[in-house]
Amino acid sequence: MFDVMLYIALLFISFAMVGLVYRVIKGPSVPDRVIALDGLGINLVATIAILSIILRTSAFLDIILLIGILAFIGTVAFAKYLEKGEIIE
Amino acid sequence: MSLLHLAIIAPFILAIFVPSLHKALPKIHTGWFLLPLPIVLFSYFLSFLPQIIRGEITMETLNWIPSLGINFSARVDGLGLLFSLLITGIGALVVLYSIYYLSKEKEKLNQFYVYLLLFMGAMLGVVLSDNMVVLYGFWELTSFSSFLLIGYWNHRERSRYGAQKSMLITVFGGLSMLGGMILLYLMTGTFSISETIAMAATIYGHELFIPALICILLGAFTKSAQFPFHIWLPDAMEAPTPVSAYLHSATMVKAGIYLVARLTPVFALSGLWVWLVAGFGILTLFWGSFSAVKHNDLKGILAYSTISQLGLIMSLLGLGAAAIHYPAVEAGFYTVAVSAAVFHLINHATFKGSLFMMVGIVDHETGTRDIRKLGGLMSIMPITFTIAVIGSFSMAGLPPFNGFLSKEMFFTGMIRAQEIGFFNMETLGLIFPIVAWVASVFTFLYSMIIVFKTFTGKYQPEKLEVKPHEAPLGMLISPIILVSLVVVIGLFPNIVAPLINSVMASILPSLVAEGMKFDVHIYHWHGFTPELFMTIGVIVVGILLYKFMPRWTGIYNRMPEKFSLNSAYDNGLAGIQKGANRFTNAYMTNSIRTYLLYIFTFLILSLGTTLIVKNAFVLDTANVANIHAFELVLVIIIAIGSVSILFVKSRMTSIILLGSVGYAVSLFYAIFRAPDLALTQLVIETVSVALFLLAFYHLPKVNKNEEHMRFKMGNAVISIGVGVVVSLIALSAHSSKAFDSISQYYIENTYKKAGGENMVNVILVDFRGFDTLFEIAVLAIAALGIFSLIKLRLTRGKEQG
Repeated sequence: MFDVMLYIALLFISFAMVGLVYRVIKGPSVPDRVIALDGLGINLVATIAILSIILRTSAFLDIILLIGILAFIGTVAFAKYLEKGEIIE
Repeated sequence: MSLLHLAIIAPFILAIFVPSLHKALPKIHTGWFLLPLPIVLFSYFLSFLPQIIRGEITMETLNWIPSLGINFSARVDGLGLLFSLLITGIGALVVLYSIYYLSKEKEKLNQFYVYLLLFMGAMLGVVLSDNMVVLYGFWELTSFSSFLLIGYWNHRERSRYGAQKSMLITVFGGLSMLGGMILLYLMTGTFSISETIAMAATIYGHELFIPALICILLGAFTKSAQFPFHIWLPDAMEAPTPVSAYLHSATMVKAGIYLVARLTPVFALSGLWVWLVAGFGILTLFWGSFSAVKHNDLKGILAYSTISQLGLIMSLLGLGAAAIHYPAVEAGFYTVAVSAAVFHLINHATFKGSLFMMVGIVDHETGTRDIRKLGGLMSIMPITFTIAVIGSFSMAGLPPFNGFLSKEMFFTGMIRAQEIGFFNMETLGLIFPIVAWVASVFTFLYSMIIVFKTFTGKYQPEKLEVKPHEAPLGMLISPIILVSLVVVIGLFPNIVAPLINSVMASILPSLVAEGMKFDVHIYHWHGFTPELFMTIGVIVVGILLYKFMPRWTGIYNRMPEKFSLNSAYDNGLAGIQKGANRFTNAYMTNSIRTYLLYIFTFLILSLGTTLIVKNAFVLDTANVANIHAFELVLVIIIAIGSVSILFVKSRMTSIILLGSVGYAVSLFYAIFRAPDLALTQLVIETVSVALFLLAFYHLPKVNKNEEHMRFKMGNAVISIGVGVVVSLIALSAHSSKAFDSISQYYIENTYKKAGGENMVNVILVDFRGFDTLFEIAVLAIAALGIFSLIKLRLTRGKEQG
C-alpha cells in the first residue's frame, strides 16, 4: 500500500516534469526556460528521494545533495549569462 | 661466389668507383677507365665458347633467399652466351666510341658512365640468370638505367618526355612479366627457368597457362618495341648516340627477343604462342618499315628500322616454335626459321650498331641529322660513307653482306610457314610471305634513303652549322670493326654456325633430346629458289619506288595525326590524369557533411546488408523486464527533448533542451540503480552545458542569424536509417545472449578480495584499474590541449609582431 502511494507520487512528479519540459521547449523567453529547468532539477530531487525509498537504499542521498547544488549553480550561471552576457569575468 | 657471378656484378662494382675516378683524374677521359672491363668480360665469355659448342652448360648458384626458392643462379648456355658476347663486345665498342663522341669538358661523364655500367651489368644479369625473380630484378634495372640514359640531357624537354614514355611502357611490361612469372611459379612450384622448361609438358593445358603466356608476352613485346608498344623507341632517340647504338639497337630491345627465345620451350606447345609471336612480329615488321620511310631524321629512320627488324626476328621465332611439333620432319625444315632468327640477331647487332655510330658521326661533324639538310658528303667523309654503304646494304639484304643471308633465310622460313599443318597455318599462312616481302621492299627503300640522301646529291654547306669534315680516327674504329664483321660474316657465314647451333639447342631443347643435332649451314648460293626471285623482286620494286618517291609519299599524309598511336598514348595519359583529377574532385568535396554522409551511408549499407544476408534479426522477449509507468514517462521526456532539439529556432533553447535530456538520463541511471553514474552524469552535464554557453557566447556576430535548421530529405533518410539499423542490432544482440555474464565473480569477490563495498569503484580502481589510468591520461591530454590552444596563438603573434 505504501509502495503504491509512492508510485502514484512518482507518477505525479513525472507529469509535473512533462509540464516543465513543455515549458522548456515552448519558451517563450529564455528566463522562462531557465526557471523551468530549475524546477526540473527540484523535481529530480523529489523523484530520486521517492525512488530511494522504493528501492530501500541510501545510495542515492548523495545525488539529492548534488542536484540541489548543481541546480543552484546552473541557475545562477544562466542568470549571470543572461544579465551580463558571460559567466566568468 | 664463382667467377661467373663476379663477371655479372663486375660492372656494378666498377660503377661505384667511377665517380671518384672521374674526380681524382679529371685530365683523363673517364671512358678509358671503363674500356678494359667489357674487353676482359668479352674474352672471359669467349672462353666459354668451346664447351658451349660441345654442348656443355655451366651453372653456378649463389644462395640469396633459399627459403623462397630465390637464388642467384647463373647459367651459361648457347643463348645466354650469344647475348653476353653481344653485350660485352658491342659494349666495349660503344665505350670506345663514346670516349671520342662525348666531350670531356662539357658533359657530366661520371653520370653517363655510371648509368652505362649499371645497364651493362643489368643486361648481363638478364641473359645469364636462371632464376625468374633475379631475371626480373635485372630486367627492371635495365629499364631504370635506360630511363636515366635517355634522360641524360635532362635540361631538354624532349629527353625527359622520351625517358618518361619509355619508363612507363617498359615498366608496365615488366610488371606484367612479373605476373606471368608468378603464375608460372604457381603452376610449377619453382622459379628456376631450366626446371620450368623441364616441366613444360605438364603445365600445358593448366588453367593458368594462357594468362601466364599473355603476361610474359606483354613483357617481351613492350621491351622489344613490338606493335603497338613500339612508340617509346623513336622517342628514346633523344639519348646520346652511343646509348642509342648500344641500348636501342643491339642489347636492351633484344631482351624481349631473349625472353621469347628463352621461354619458347615452355610455351611453344600452344598455338596461341605461335600465332601471337609470329603475328605481332610480322605486323611490327611491316609497320616499322612502312613508317621508317616517312621520317627525315636519320635517328628516327633507324629507330623505326630497329622496330621492324625486331619484328622480323620475333616473327621468325614464332614460326620456328612450330618446329617443336614436328621433330621427325627432315632436319631443318621448320627449324630454319629459328636459325634465321638467331643469325639475323647477330647480323642486326653488327650493322645497326655501325649505322647508329655512323649517324652519330654525321651529327657530330655536320651539326644536323636532318636528311633534308644533308647531302653530298661522300667526298668529304669517305670512310663514314663506306660504313654507311656496308651497313645499309646489309640491312637492305643485298649480297655479299650478312643481311642478304639472313634475309634469304627469313624468306625461306616465311614460305615454309604455310606448310605447317596446324593452327590454321595452311590457310592463313600465306599472309606471312606476302607481308614479309612488302616489308622487305620498304626496308630496301629506307636503307637507300639513309645512304643516298645523306651522302650523294647536292652539297648544301649553307644549311649546316659547322663545316663538315671526316671524323677523328678514334670515333671511326668502332663502326669499322662492326662493318668488318658485317663483311666477314657475309663472306664466311659458317664461322658463326657453331654458335647458332648451340643457341638453337637452347631454344629448342626438346629436339636435342630426341637425338637430333642442329647443323646449320649457310650458303650464298642455293640455286634458283623462290627466295632468290623474291630478293630480286625486292630490289627491282625498291629501286622503282625510290625513283618515283615524290609521287607516292603523299599517302603518308593521308593518315591524320589524331589516329596515330603516339597521340593515342599522349591523349590517354592526359585523359587518365584528367579523369583521376575529376574523380577525386567529385568525391573529395572538402565538406565534412559529405564525408559524414559517406560514413553513415556505408554504416547503414554494411550493417543492414549483413543483417539481411545473414538473416541475423531475432526478437526474443523472454528475457525482457517489466516496464514501469515511470520509466515510460521518462522515455517520453527524453524523446520529446531530443526530437525538439532538431526543430527549435534558438541555440540557447537547444542547449537547455540538451541539458534537460542529460538530466533525464541521469534520472534513468538512478532508476536503474547506478548512483555513481548518476552523480557523474549530473556533474558532467552541468559542466558541458556551461561550456556550450561559453562557446556560443563567443560565436562571431556575422553568422549569428539564428536560423531554423534547413530540412534535407537525404539527411533525414540517413539519420532515420542509422537509428533503425542500430536499434535492430541492439534488439537482436539483446535477444541472442550466448553466454552468462561474468559479473558473479565481482559480486562474490569485491569485499573478499579487494576489501571494498562499492563494486563500481572497486572495478574501476582494482579489478580494471588499467583502463582508469589511461582515461586519466585522456583527461590530462584534453586539459593540456585546451590550455595550449588558448595560450599558444602563434598566428596572432605573427600578425602583431
